[in-house]
Amino acid sequence: MEENWTEVIEPNKSLFNLNFKELWKYRDLILIFVRRDIVSVYKQTVLGPLWFFLGPLFTVFTFVFVFSQIAKISTDNIPAPLFYLAGTTLWNYFQACLSGTSSTFISNAGIFGKVYFPRLVSPISMVISNLLKFGIQLLMFLCFWGYYYYKGSISPNIYILLLPFLILLMGAMALGIGIIISSLTTKYRDLTYFIGFGISLLMYATPVIYPISAIPDMYKSVVTYNPIAPIIETFRYGFTGSGYFTWNGLIYSSVFTIIVLFIGTILFNKIERTFMDTV
Amino acid sequence: MTVIKVEHLYKQYRLGQVGSGTLKDDFSRWIASLRGKEDPLLKIGEVNDRTVVGESDYVLSLRDINFEVNEGEVLGIIGKNGAGKSTLLKVLSKVTAPSSGQIKIKGRVASLLEVGTGFHPELTGRENIYLNGAILGMSRQEITRKLDEIIDFAGIERYVETPVKRYSSGMYVRLAFAVAAHLEPEILIVDEVLAVGDAEFQQKAIGKMQAVSKQQGRTVLFVSHNMDAISRLCTNCLFLKNGSLEYKGLTEDVIQKYIGSETKIVSNLAYDINNAPGNELVRLREAQVIDEYFQSKLNFRIDEKVGINFKFEVLKETNDLISGFNLYNQLDVHILSSHDTLNAGKTFSPGIYSVTVWLPQNFLTEGVHYCGVAAMSYKPFTVHFHDVAKIGFNISDKQSGETVRGNYTGTFPGVIRPKLIWDKI
Repeated sequence: MEENWTEVIEPNKSLFNLNFKELWKYRDLILIFVRRDIVSVYKQTVLGPLWFFLGPLFTVFTFVFVFSQIAKISTDNIPAPLFYLAGTTLWNYFQACLSGTSSTFISNAGIFGKVYFPRLVSPISMVISNLLKFGIQLLMFLCFWGYYYYKGSISPNIYILLLPFLILLMGAMALGIGIIISSLTTKYRDLTYFIGFGISLLMYATPVIYPISAIPDMYKSVVTYNPIAPIIETFRYGFTGSGYFTWNGLIYSSVFTIIVLFIGTILFNKIERTFMDTV
Repeated sequence: MTVIKVEHLYKQYRLGQVGSGTLKDDFSRWIASLRGKEDPLLKIGEVNDRTVVGESDYVLSLRDINFEVNEGEVLGIIGKNGAGKSTLLKVLSKVTAPSSGQIKIKGRVASLLEVGTGFHPELTGRENIYLNGAILGMSRQEITRKLDEIIDFAGIERYVETPVKRYSSGMYVRLAFAVAAHLEPEILIVDEVLAVGDAEFQQKAIGKMQAVSKQQGRTVLFVSHNMDAISRLCTNCLFLKNGSLEYKGLTEDVIQKYIGSETKIVSNLAYDINNAPGNELVRLREAQVIDEYFQSKLNFRIDEKVGINFKFEVLKETNDLISGFNLYNQLDVHILSSHDTLNAGKTFSPGIYSVTVWLPQNFLTEGVHYCGVAAMSYKPFTVHFHDVAKIGFNISDKQSGETVRGNYTGTFPGVIRPKLIWDKI
């Protein structure tokens, strides 16, 4: 006779048993984690959330000085500060999400070892809480953008409306890659070292500090295979009117994101059940 | 109604450096799964005896565990360090998955393997209540509903808006426990680490657990290597040894087995005349610990009489032979000695004699006690045999309210615990 058990704990559940219902039940925990991440960052600081501004601002001025003034890399006829801000705003979001989620298991080992909740709660809350930082940087970008728009040096177009989709795509892609890496690092710790410099190298393979139009033709295909490139180029194109936008590029990024997210969830789901034994 | 059913549960761990050779083992597992075979490395684990160097790289921390828990039952899980208690808890609370076997559960489970899991030092008391509550599985509304109650239980009204890093360690633990205590799961899994801390806190923690099971009819799984706490709280008990389920049943019986297995003492022993302790005058032949019905046993309730009976063989007639008895506790404190003055001066002709000495009820404290039995002469003073710490017994208090302990559940210090007379106020 089959009794109505509410839960059955077994060694291997099916790969595709992802249990999103359980994740939904823990939505309060996601929100509380988000709140914790945001609130705890600027506790005991004088400037508080202002710090979210200052970092990127200094970075952009450095970029303007080094890449535009000294190295004289083209900025596609966009004013240099705006060009770099457009590149770094989305890129910083991607970077923060990826480096945060890729250490999910290792940095949460303490909590994960003592209590059960769906482990996906941690990386998801990370991606959401980074949205706030991103929002502040976007605000800063919009200030510069408004100024140059008023001066008439840029010509935005209808693709600006793709922004929410671009943010979603960026977050989802970072989440997907992040959880794949975090799953693998529980066993093969070497990856943590790789991810450290990997992210900064990846930035140079992405049109953050240079426009696609400035790449020599023989390397152009390399950059267009980078799924992050279309997202950043679309953003730049929509807001400033110059850049390299194709629907194909965006579709390529979306498909890549879906695949990565799919593989990531399955892998994460498999690893989360035993990672405490290997971490 | 059965609320937990554990069937053929195994948990395997890999020893040594995790990382070296993992690719090779992963590969052979992968090949096996491609061919639709079972994991070739799964059941090759050895018995998990930490003191002996084994052959295999894998050990079984849990080996074929089967048991069921009924609704409202308080089940104790007892065993030495390394017996697999913590592993079992981790598997039950889903922190790590079993290697093979199955656990079926009915109802919401909350596990307290630690107090204050996930507390963030920079956040205030109130923020941490929400954080910790949510981690333990409470919803936001549930926490809001119980917020005042939790703050009150912890006694931190004044510090609610202060970051917890400014708290004293006592306040920190109280707050953490208050959150845990207000969880309302159908099944509560508690590790004994909860019971560390000062006496007041222990009292609160154990008292709360009793309330949860007795008044609210919830199921509790309590893990400990402390026999006293287990016998006070639990009706039924599991005894784990080296990863296997050695015995399950009523707490009294399980503790009986546990003492027999984990300490060196026995409730009775017999000597052959050739190797019996003693000399040409008198030798010890048998010694046993008995209850009032003359049944030998190891575990006694605190309100039970304990008898020590021993048989000695007199080889030459004498009228100067006195029996003696000593009692030691588990910290090797010599609690008392006693000489048999009643039979002193009696003439013993060769033959076997049996003597029994009784320890009154409500006299000793909880814990293991070791006995020494002796025979001596006074003129001149000589000890013929003195057999120490081979037989012994355990005292436990089931907390009926009738004993000296009354309804107090915490640590009760002292070497002995006689029922004293208190005058009425």
